[in-house]
Amino acid sequence: MTATPLTSTQGAGRAGDKVFSGATLAAGCLILAVLFGVALFLVVQAIPALTAPADKIQGGQGFFAYIWPIVIGTLIAAAIALVIATPIAIGVALFISHFAPRGLASGLGYVVDLLAAIPSVVYGAWGAAFLAKEISPAYGWLAANMGWLPIFQGPASTTGKTILTAGIVLAVMVLPIITSLSREIFLQTPKLHEEAALALGATRWEMIKMAVLPFARPGIISAVMLGLGRALGETMAVALVLSSGALTASLIQSGNQTIAAEIALNFPEASGLKVSTLIAAGLVLFIITLAVNMIARWVITRHKEFSGAN
Amino acid sequence: MTSTLTPVRSKRSALTKGQLPKYAPYAVLAAALIIGAAILALVGFNPFGWGVVSAILFAVGLVSWSAAVEGSRKAKDKLATCLVVGSFLVALLPLVSVIWTVLVNGIPGLLDPGFLTTSMNGVTGAFDNKAVESGGPVMGGIYHALLGTVQITLLATVISVPVGLLTAIYLVEYGHDGRLAKAITFFVDVMTGIPSIVAGLFAAAFFFAVVGPGTKTGAVAAVALSVLMIPVVVRSSEEMLKIVPNELREAAYALGVRKWRTILKVVIPTAISGIASGVTLAIARVIGETAPILVTAGFATSINSNVFGGWMASLPTFIYTQILNPTSPSNPDPSSQRAWGAALVLIILVMVLNLAARLIARIFAPKTGR
Repeated sequence: MTATPLTSTQGAGRAGDKVFSGATLAAGCLILAVLFGVALFLVVQAIPALTAPADKIQGGQGFFAYIWPIVIGTLIAAAIALVIATPIAIGVALFISHFAPRGLASGLGYVVDLLAAIPSVVYGAWGAAFLAKEISPAYGWLAANMGWLPIFQGPASTTGKTILTAGIVLAVMVLPIITSLSREIFLQTPKLHEEAALALGATRWEMIKMAVLPFARPGIISAVMLGLGRALGETMAVALVLSSGALTASLIQSGNQTIAAEIALNFPEASGLKVSTLIAAGLVLFIITLAVNMIARWVITRHKEFSGAN
Repeated sequence: MTSTLTPVRSKRSALTKGQLPKYAPYAVLAAALIIGAAILALVGFNPFGWGVVSAILFAVGLVSWSAAVEGSRKAKDKLATCLVVGSFLVALLPLVSVIWTVLVNGIPGLLDPGFLTTSMNGVTGAFDNKAVESGGPVMGGIYHALLGTVQITLLATVISVPVGLLTAIYLVEYGHDGRLAKAITFFVDVMTGIPSIVAGLFAAAFFFAVVGPGTKTGAVAAVALSVLMIPVVVRSSEEMLKIVPNELREAAYALGVRKWRTILKVVIPTAISGIASGVTLAIARVIGETAPILVTAGFATSINSNVFGGWMASLPTFIYTQILNPTSPSNPDPSSQRAWGAALVLIILVMVLNLAARLIARIFAPKTGR
């Protein structure tokens, strides 16, 4: 062992420090570059579709006539998914955080996470082969009894491959996302608030209503927004389940289409201007989900500052 | 005032007065099940309807009994409990249904001769027609798709893990919560929300612009999957690096160890179990992605072991095409049998990865010395 002076400028060591910190910095910047690249390349490849004469675009009426029905379809499908998934997800999160026996809670959380682990194409196959078939009698009933509502206007699809079925499958897929995020927030509720409410004689539900839900509201909102982001961009469930068509108000007839499914169904065989059109559609989807996610993240970070006080 | 003085003739203690007896939920449940069965017997019995009707009867019965005995506040509490438990049961339905459907439909597919060892090369509609008409075995398999999935996912992992891990190290060790670190954290969060098909389109657009229009290979798909995988790796590694105690770092610095060697020899080994399980979960997430592979690697029916050239099959796209475009349009049954077999294999893969992640986290967890 030869003693090395403490102040030695160990060339290798110092260079290692520089190289290593440089590599980490480069990796971080690469991520920013990738996100920027996603936007850039989508725009570059989409420009031909945006500038092409109207009659060259599919449908012959220009890009905006092509895109708006599928934007509306995307929004309808996502809205159905959220309307179904939000209350159930909040219920499940409450069950795991405040109702289930302590020993069971983490196991139950794992069961819900299993829902998130199942690949989307399997959900799509399940929706197309099982759910659509099982649910079509209910559509017949809805058309017969609730047909006066525009959204349940008959004649109902006999195959069950409608936007409502697709929405239900989407609801199943976003449920674990909303559940796991809300569960985290519910568990962060200050214990003192909960115990104070219980000590004043509140029932468990009153405690939840007075202490847990007001505390968790921003968290729930952002969880729902993140679920919305997922529902907007989900492809397979819609591509496999929905028999697509023109925009219709009725949810129980075949028809409507979403951006993601439109891309998945047409991209493999597309060429030339059609590729640009589909990439432009992807760009629209990217912008919509980006906006939704940014709002959700913004709500979360704002919420973090509040909850830091507790 | 007189009423309070009247002694209440009751066998029950004053403490439990005005409460439902302990057996109340069980009694109501039993009654609900019996009445539910009776109602369903009138309109035609099925187990699903029985469950739904009984659950509604149970909730209505318990809540109204509670309202009569305990008052409206307790009744509301009971109603909320019923709704919360009910929503959990409703959430379990699709999980059970999906797994059941995949098992029932997938096992026959899995038992086809050579299902795991042959590809779809040369399997035409004629074979499927023959299989349906003369009851022969269903030909064709998923070997090419399995190989494609493994290769694409491996390549995506090789790209994402270094980038994701280095970024996490930057955020935790070098970022000092500066503006760049904050920006990276924010955009990593945003990246988590990129729709998978948009990631696929990005990779496609990138390679169309750089290599040439119509470039579809396994490598393009791997790039698309990396876009989805990197943020997951960054988030999980960042969490794991953050919980490495600062004392360990300071002890290393005090011994004169350089920062990069501290990170490589002290910080990462301490956090390796969490990082490895996070990476495994990230693989489990991207292995089932369909849309990005669909737009970047195309479909193939034969074995292609070159990630950098030619179209490539993968399990999810195999399932998708077999369902949407059956090999024999007139007899789609063999195709759907293959699709469900592939779905079963895919689910088993994902579950094994999830379990592996938990095991890794447990086995390689740092010894606490207690």
